[in-house]
Amino acid sequence: MNPAATSSEPHVIDPAKRRLAIFIVLACTLLVAWAQYLIKLGANRLSHAGLMATLIGIFAIPQLFAGYCLYGLFTVMFIYALRNGELSILYPLIALSYVWVTITGVMAFHEGMNPLKLAGLAVIVAGVAVLGLGGGGGGE
Amino acid sequence: MTTPISSMVLVLIGSVIGSIGAIFLKSGAHAVNRRWTSIAFNWRLAVGIGTYLVSSVLFVKGMSNGELSVLFPLVSLGYVCTLAWSRLFFHEPITKVKLAGVGLILIGITCLGLGGR
Repeated sequence: MNPAATSSEPHVIDPAKRRLAIFIVLACTLLVAWAQYLIKLGANRLSHAGLMATLIGIFAIPQLFAGYCLYGLFTVMFIYALRNGELSILYPLIALSYVWVTITGVMAFHEGMNPLKLAGLAVIVAGVAVLGLGGGGGGE
Repeated sequence: MTTPISSMVLVLIGSVIGSIGAIFLKSGAHAVNRRWTSIAFNWRLAVGIGTYLVSSVLFVKGMSNGELSVLFPLVSLGYVCTLAWSRLFFHEPITKVKLAGVGLILIGITCLGLGGR
């Protein structure tokens, strides 16, 4: 690793804390999926609303409001995790929420499942695993 | 069903803005200490959260019209931006592991979107 790359880091991050940060973000993707489930319930009423009506709807429609509160909780946890991890690892990990959202869609909204979607889920999990397992070490 | 250009633009701008918000969240997160003022007067966190809100509104608007097969890959471009921003602002190296991980995630999300047709 290029020594200049670490010179701006305020302190060397302990590997156990790095792993905790990765775990927190992965666990919090469940919150994102829950939030998106609620937002989907609320957003169906907004398909033809303008930008301003959408803004008001976030406060007026209970499902949208609850969904955004969960997003808020996720953001707090994400900020906490960012203190001990690399942004370039932690941010893409949020993609795991696609897996939960797709499963929720199939179970709650009776969306169809097909081989292409299933393959997509598997590849996302593989990508998250590569980042989560390989990125924790802090090097190549 | 076709995807309006306006939806594509909304989602694309939303994902880029979201990745920029993450930069502010990270730099703000490092400024937090035990004093409450370090959170209350943390302008970086405020900007980060603000950009997240803006990108969420753009997503809700963009996603309400259009095909997921087109819009999902645009959302995941935010992850690619993040690799660049992280290197630029936090000197985080772009490693093969990160490129492989983000590449797989991009392919997976594209497959999901295509499967959603």
